[in-house]
Order: sequence, then structure tokens, then C-alpha cells
Amino acid sequence: MTIALETQNLEKQFGGLRVTRDLSLKIEQGARHALIGPNGAGKTTVINQLTGVLKPNSGRILLEGQDITDLAVHKRVLRGLSRTFQINQLYPDLTPLETIGLAVSERLGHGGDWWRRMGTRRDVNGEIADLLARFHLLDVMNEQTVTLPYGKQRLLEIAVAIAAKPRVLLLDEPAAGVPESERHDILAVVGSLPRDVTVLLIEHDMDLVFSFADRISVLVSGALLTEGPPDQVARDPQVKAVYLGEEAINV
Amino acid sequence: MSASSDVGHHAQRQARWHYGEAAFWLIVLACGFLFPNRYLIMTDILRLALFAMSLDLILGYAGIVSLGHAAFFGVGAYAAGLLALHGIVNEPVLALVVAGLAAMVLGFATSFLVIRGVDLTRLMVTLGIALLLEALAERFSAITGGTDGLQGIEMQPIFGEIPFDMFGKAGFFYSLAVLFLLFLLARRVVHSPFGLSLRAIKNNPLRAAAIGIPVNRRLIAIYTLAAFYAGIAGALFTQTTAIASLDVFAFERSADLMLVLVIGGTGYLYGGLIGAVLFRMLQELFSTITPQYWQFWIGLVLVVIVLVGRQRLHRWALYVPNLVIKQIAGCKAVVAVPESDA
Repeated sequence: MTIALETQNLEKQFGGLRVTRDLSLKIEQGARHALIGPNGAGKTTVINQLTGVLKPNSGRILLEGQDITDLAVHKRVLRGLSRTFQINQLYPDLTPLETIGLAVSERLGHGGDWWRRMGTRRDVNGEIADLLARFHLLDVMNEQTVTLPYGKQRLLEIAVAIAAKPRVLLLDEPAAGVPESERHDILAVVGSLPRDVTVLLIEHDMDLVFSFADRISVLVSGALLTEGPPDQVARDPQVKAVYLGEEAINV
Repeated sequence: MSASSDVGHHAQRQARWHYGEAAFWLIVLACGFLFPNRYLIMTDILRLALFAMSLDLILGYAGIVSLGHAAFFGVGAYAAGLLALHGIVNEPVLALVVAGLAAMVLGFATSFLVIRGVDLTRLMVTLGIALLLEALAERFSAITGGTDGLQGIEMQPIFGEIPFDMFGKAGFFYSLAVLFLLFLLARRVVHSPFGLSLRAIKNNPLRAAAIGIPVNRRLIAIYTLAAFYAGIAGALFTQTTAIASLDVFAFERSADLMLVLVIGGTGYLYGGLIGAVLFRMLQELFSTITPQYWQFWIGLVLVVIVLVGRQRLHRWALYVPNLVIKQIAGCKAVVAVPESDA
């Protein structure tokens, strides 16, 4: 099996606080890999290092065997690593049409065109139309993003990530905050992602994790606790202790 | 396929010309014939409009605040003055472009300082650069004429054909032509994928990078272009008034420009144009009523605009015209000003 995304001894500190401890992960090509862990385990910090928002103190990140540790955020996207955000990071003033159009334009290398008008390239338009249809956004394509219902914004969030045609997609709690009635659309979209896209899912919702993932890594206090197929992880007494402990605190 | 052409149609929605826009430019052109003894003030408004459009490109589209935009205006003004004074480039249009390029070079060089940091840093850096240039211009008086400014500039005819007349008629139509051409270019730019990516950066730089937009490169590009525009505005100033003095770099000039955009609104190109007209008219009006304290009233207008909100003011101002249109054409109101947060 080839490895799509790998971290080697990743280490990140904020002041004296070690938020990522010697983390080595291997995510196989085409995998549905989940990264779980209790609140404050450092999951989002890991994502931020993978995408280049944060620089690790030490360790390496490899995308399809190539070192991307020092690559800028937008260059990783062009190499095929794309993400969604836990809290929507969209453009409030722009429409879904414009938002997706931008992502498609950038990927096809037309993003710097300053003379040609938006909407005059047939290949770009075709892809925008496909994505809008796939993510149930055709009917709201001309509305300002800020006015869309949360579920639609969530779909747009995923659509924008997909528009970059990633080979590795990082989903940061895709269903977070979505009302029960709109959850189904999102789960269906996540479930129907093409198999050649490698997915790393960061999730709190255990139902979603166990129905979706074929491999699970458990992160506790920034370090890898255990890793394996879902049934093995579910039986792991250490994992139970962590989650039971958390629940005990929550109660 | 139909969905795809539909997308193309909607994507170009904002880029299409509206009747209101054509009307706007026709009115501006008509002013050149209706008020033959007001050329000087009207030329002044055109220059200010071009200058404000320059700031709108970076502020309204890319979200870069600046309190030192006069730096580029000043470099353009002095460049045009020196070119004419020493007979280096005699033809005004060519000199205009050269002066614009000089400002553009400065814009490119300083863009690296401006793209770092956030709003407050940017305000200080831009302000600092303008102050620095003003001091330099004063220090090197052998070149710039120091506090006396450049004197004895004589402008050659445009294209060697059209001389600048003492009533400012040629200057007005010359400035109008320059403004219109640069407006067309800006319009093209803001409706391109490049222009859209600037709005994305303004909205959410984090996400902009996460979809593959090279944020810094785009900001450098637009800042450089805006500097070119401001340089042209400055060069027009020198060419139509035949003077260039230290006040082209003045802080008041940069600050006034912000006021123009606050009055006219940002992020739709016309904000600078409309703002320039309103700003100068208010200035005239208040200074005839109360020559000493006109700034009080300008200040009051600003406070009202910011507190009440431009959107609401527009709705009030457009209430009657929209009502008429609804009655006559029986359709939904079409006279509206596209809005962005100032």
C-alpha cells in the first residue's frame, strides 16, 4: 500500500505546552482514516500543521512521499491537499457561485487572470455547475453566503474543499453544529466522496466515525494513544478509559 | 450543459454594463459642456475621483487600509513636473504614463512592507512612508525646489496637437479621458478571477490561502496597480495646474481621500467617483456658508454617515426614484447602489 500522507515525529509547542508530542501517522492511499480524541487532545493543531497554517517545532510532513513541511498553505493545496474547517471559513459577501468559481479557477491556473472576465471560461463554468448540483447549491448560487442556512454553508464548505480536486482531503468535524434535519445531506456527501480521494476525518461524533472510518487513530494530550481498525479501537480498554473518563467529567 | 451556461451567465452578472452606469458617464461628459466656467473645480474633482478609485482598489477590494496614499500621488506629481520642467518627456500623455510607472515602482517596493501585519501596522507603515517622502522632497530642494515647489513648468500640447488653455477646458477633457480609460481597466480587473480573489482575501485571508490563492502575491499586484493609478492622479495634478509643491505628499491629502471613500462607499468603483463629487460640493457649500468653520460641518456629515449607515441613507435617497420606476415600469426597483462594508 502506498502512503498518501505521513507525519514523522511531529512536535509542536506553544510556550511550555507540548500540544503535539512525537506524532507519527501514516495514512494510506484511499483510506477513510479518522483521528479522534477527547477535547483538547490537539486534533485541530495537527490539522493546522498538516495544512501549513502552523509550523511544527520539529518533525516532517510528507505528502505522497514528498516533504511539504516548509511549503506555504496555498502551495499544499495545489499539490492536492485540501481541507474543510471545523467552524465555517467562508466568504460572507461572496455567493456560492463565486466561492466555488474561485477555487476552480485557482486550481486550473486561471486565478491570476486579470483581463478575462469571470464566467467566460467554459471548462470552469462546467465544473462550477457540477459542484453546485452535487452539493445541492444550485438554487442558492446567487445568494450571499452569509444569508444561507447553516447546513447549506456547511455543504459549501465541503464543496469548496472538493473544488480544489484534492487527492488528500482533511475533514475537520464536517457535521459540527448542523441541525439534525440537515445532517443527512452532509453525511451523504461525505459518504459519496470518490474512493481515490484519501480522507482524514477529525470528528467528535462517534456514530459518524464508526460508520465511516476503516482505520482510527486516537490522540490523547497530543500523543498517539493507539491506532487500528474500528472494532479493535472500540474494544481497546485504554480508549474506553479515556472516553469514559471524559464522560464522567462531563456528567 | 445548460446548467453550465447558466453559471456563466450568472457569473458575469456583475460585470455587465447597466443603464445607470452609461447615464452616469453621459452626465459627467455633459458637465463639460454645461458648465464652461467651472472647468477648474471639475478637473479637480476628476483628479480626486481617480485618486479615490486608486484607494478603493486596495481598500474596497483587497481590504488594505492606507493613510499614506498621497505618497504615490506625490511621486507622480513630482515625476510629471520634473519630466516637463527639464524637457525629458515633452508629450503629456507619455509623461503621464512615465510618472505613473515611477509611482508604480515605489508601490511595488513598499508593498512588501504593507502586506506584512494587520490594519494598524498598515496604517502606520503607509503613513510613515508618505511622511518620509515629504521630508525627502523638502531636503533635496535642488531637485524638488524645496518649500517653493517646482516652478516654471510649461506644458506642451497633448499629442503635440491640443494645447492646455487658460480656462482649463483641454485639461478637463484630458483628465476625463484618462479617468474613463483607467476606470475601464479597473472595471475589467475587478470582475476578473483576479479581482474576485481579492474580495476573497478581504473576506477571509485564511480561507483564501486554503483554496490555493497566493495571498501575498495578489496583494502585491493590486497595491502596485493602485500606486500606478495614484501616480497618474498626481501627474494629472501637475500637468493641469503647472505646479508641484510639497503639499502633494501632505497627510491631509491621504486623510481626505479616506473621507471621500467613506462618503461614496467602497468596493464598487463608483464610490470614489461619487464620493469625490459629494466631498468637493460639500466643501464648497460649507465654505460659502461659513468660511472659517466648514470643517465642522464636514465632520458632522461624516459622523452621520458612519452612524446612520450608508445603506440606510441610500435607501432613503432612492426611495422616490424607485417608487416612480415601480409605478411606471411596473417592475422591481432597479436603481440601487451595490454595497460593501466600508
